[in-house]
Amino acid sequence: MASRQFATFEVDGQLFGVEVHTVQEVLSYNEYTPVPLAPPAVGGLFNLRGQVIAAVDLRVQLGLARQALQGPVMNVILRGDGEPVSLLVDKIGEVVDLDDDTFEPPPDTLSGPTRELVVGTFKLDGRLMLALDVNQAVDTYRATN
Amino acid sequence: MEDLGEIVGEFLMESHENLDQIDQDLVSLEQEPDSRDLISRIFRAIHTIKGTSGFLAFSRLEKLAHAGESLLSRLRDGVQPVTPETITVLLLCIDGVRSLLSSIEETQSEGDVDIDNMIVKINAQMNAPTDPAAAAAPAAAAAPAAAVEAPAAEDEAEVPESVEQEAAAARPAPEPVAEQRQPLGQILVDAGAAQPTDVSSALQQQIEGDERKLGTILLEEGKTQPAAVNEALQQQAPKRSIADSAIRVDVDLLDTLLNMVGELVLARNQLVRGVMETGDSGLVRSAQRLGMITSELQEGIMKTRMQPIEHIWSKLPRVIRDLSNSLGKQVQLVMQGKETELDRSLLEAVKDPLTHLVRNAVDHGIEDPERRIAAGKGPEGTLTLRAYHEGGHVAVEVADDGAGLNVERIAQKAVEKGLLRPEQIPNMDKRDIMAMVFQPGFSTAAKVTNVSGRGVGMDVVKTNIENIGGAVSVDSTPGEGTVWRLTIPLTLAIIQALTVDCADQRYVVPQVAVLELVFIDGNTTKVEYASGAPVYRLRGKLLPLVRLDRALGLEVGGDQGVYIMVLQADGRRFGLVVDRVLNTEEVVVKALNTRFKDIGLYAGATILGDGKVGLILDVSSLARRSHLAVDSERETVADKRGTAAGGTERLLVTAVGERRVAIPLDTVTRLEEFPRDRIEHAGSREVVQYRGQILPLVRLSHLLGAYGEELEGDTVSVVVYSEGGKSVALVVDRIVDIAENSTTARRDAEEDGLVGTAVIQQRVTELLDVRRAILAADPNFYSDSMDDMMVEV
Repeated sequence: MASRQFATFEVDGQLFGVEVHTVQEVLSYNEYTPVPLAPPAVGGLFNLRGQVIAAVDLRVQLGLARQALQGPVMNVILRGDGEPVSLLVDKIGEVVDLDDDTFEPPPDTLSGPTRELVVGTFKLDGRLMLALDVNQAVDTYRATN
Repeated sequence: MEDLGEIVGEFLMESHENLDQIDQDLVSLEQEPDSRDLISRIFRAIHTIKGTSGFLAFSRLEKLAHAGESLLSRLRDGVQPVTPETITVLLLCIDGVRSLLSSIEETQSEGDVDIDNMIVKINAQMNAPTDPAAAAAPAAAAAPAAAVEAPAAEDEAEVPESVEQEAAAARPAPEPVAEQRQPLGQILVDAGAAQPTDVSSALQQQIEGDERKLGTILLEEGKTQPAAVNEALQQQAPKRSIADSAIRVDVDLLDTLLNMVGELVLARNQLVRGVMETGDSGLVRSAQRLGMITSELQEGIMKTRMQPIEHIWSKLPRVIRDLSNSLGKQVQLVMQGKETELDRSLLEAVKDPLTHLVRNAVDHGIEDPERRIAAGKGPEGTLTLRAYHEGGHVAVEVADDGAGLNVERIAQKAVEKGLLRPEQIPNMDKRDIMAMVFQPGFSTAAKVTNVSGRGVGMDVVKTNIENIGGAVSVDSTPGEGTVWRLTIPLTLAIIQALTVDCADQRYVVPQVAVLELVFIDGNTTKVEYASGAPVYRLRGKLLPLVRLDRALGLEVGGDQGVYIMVLQADGRRFGLVVDRVLNTEEVVVKALNTRFKDIGLYAGATILGDGKVGLILDVSSLARRSHLAVDSERETVADKRGTAAGGTERLLVTAVGERRVAIPLDTVTRLEEFPRDRIEHAGSREVVQYRGQILPLVRLSHLLGAYGEELEGDTVSVVVYSEGGKSVALVVDRIVDIAENSTTARRDAEEDGLVGTAVIQQRVTELLDVRRAILAADPNFYSDSMDDMMVEV
């Protein structure tokens, strides 16, 4: 049976996942440079071994309030299209192997900004994991209000 | 097979280089047809191509090169003279070689490039009537290799031999073999400047222990001329860089090295900062040493990427020759400073704009011979390319001695295109009008030739140069010519920058844009406001200020204890208000994530000494953004100026709240003081009875939004304005003075109700838009009916 590996993380108590091959690395970082006039979902810039990385606040993308960028915040750094981009999340989870038969499209009742970012739901033991559409998740020019 | 691929690749690369050189040499040859040196060089280069293509079994390429070589050998042997026609045919041959090479590069085969036609032309040239011994051609061509050494006897059989050997070893020569050093005596004898017997006797003297140099001996014995010796010595010096002293390095490797050095610079900055804090003198010394080495290393690496601008100039003689021939013009090209070096990536970016400027100068700048003669100039125009270093930049100029830009036509065209208003023209600087040619879609060319209008316009030149952080300008004198000037940064990767603080964040400002810094203490130096727009008086002139925090949409701080950075960008000068200026350092520019490009305010990002990311501000876009309002206002001011007689005007200066407001004196009828209790209300308006009329009042403090405290006192000061039997009164706090003001000292206002600001009696003064103020007092003032007011009475 076909199965895929997902890197999981939590935002606002909800478990999300992205396919492992899209992830470059995961790290905690605590100094971000804000970018005035940038879209609100941009949390800031940080220095990853000499490379300037933009951090996208997943909370804002999900229609929640901004992360307070004080103290260390977890970053899921995605390979992106030529340039790595980071997702700011609350907490990092495990890497899980998921069979395709545990997958279902997002429930009809799921609405709002989250609906646009999610490609489907994986049924884990005791909880649900929402699989993120990576491109949508880092698109800071998506209409977020 | 793979080896062969590599060999072909190397062959292609070298041949392309050689072809560029041949192009250049051919054009030079046209200028000095007697230079055997040039002919030999061209001959050798084409011989190398022929030899290698034969070995690699590119038979058609070989055939074409062979034909070219045959013609050249006749030129070299003096069988036929160098004429413009021969040069044209040879250039044609080089083009053919070039297209064959491109075809090989793309398809690995020679393709269907038509060479027969070219060979026919070349042969025709060889049999041209100017040639008295056409029959000799095949003979000369048959033994080209054997003939090579003829012009330079000292070369021995070096050239053909090495070509053959290398071909056999499947390693084509990296460059045509450079000339061997020829003995001075030989050169002098060849040039006919000394007798062989004199040289021999001088040599004999040297052998016998005379320590003087050969030239000296000959000179002192009066056997030759100083000029001849100088010339011979110059000829003796190697002409081209020698293959042995250079190696080929992959550009990617250099880029990687440059990046790593960038990282090293950052690490050094961090380390130095840390060490300074510890105060350990031993460590500080080591850190300083490290700093120095890093700087030198960085400089060295930067140098590896530097190439002389000659690299992109080398194609231009050919461009100019072809173009001037097709236009029937005579153009002489002068190059100055071709050794000036620029970063490789910048050279690439400059190439097309420069070519366009050159084509444009030949096409539109330089006139045809008849017109030049009519204008009292020589029939031959001169195009000068000039490159030089200037304050951390490289300036590249393209200057022609043609007719110059027609400022009036540009102005007229700008008006037609709606870029300027007719009233603006008289007040504009000549250069500003000329700069209109950089606007998109702008062309004053009376006729469109196949040269102009090829997609690259002046606006593209401007955009391309600005994209690499450079600038373009033009200056022209009618009848004398035009100078196009490109200012290009030395490198893109590492810049000198000032770090500044603003609203708790650190930003980086490229130092090239910074003219000076001013500290605002709030007492001796302070920020003033012209109806809300901050300005600073810099040596008596108003400097518009942009608050960085406001521009970035951040919380706006106070005006005291701040710094003004006087910046220049896009020809505008303005002051950027920041909280603190920290220091200057070299920063490595990192491209900013594409998602921030749209914001436009940032030129990039960098890693600061503390490891945090700092944003590099884009000064020209800051200027553009902050001045948008001004540009639209300027037109209304220009309107007003157009109607004014110009020169100076007399102004009535009044105080309104904390502000000084000036009213043109010629619009003032009377100055009056009214007892406060005489003010009555008519509807929502304030009025007074004055000379049997109802005089509507307007308080300038309300109109201008300067809500200060209402002045205590029994009277109010008013300025009465009358026209056509109607009057209104403008209420001010105080009449200050009457002053003269030259209209040039003005700046345009950013606010309704004002036409601008000016420095009057050393103070910032706002100029009232009188018409607007009157309409605020009486909306019907300029219409015929006074009915409304009558009814209210």
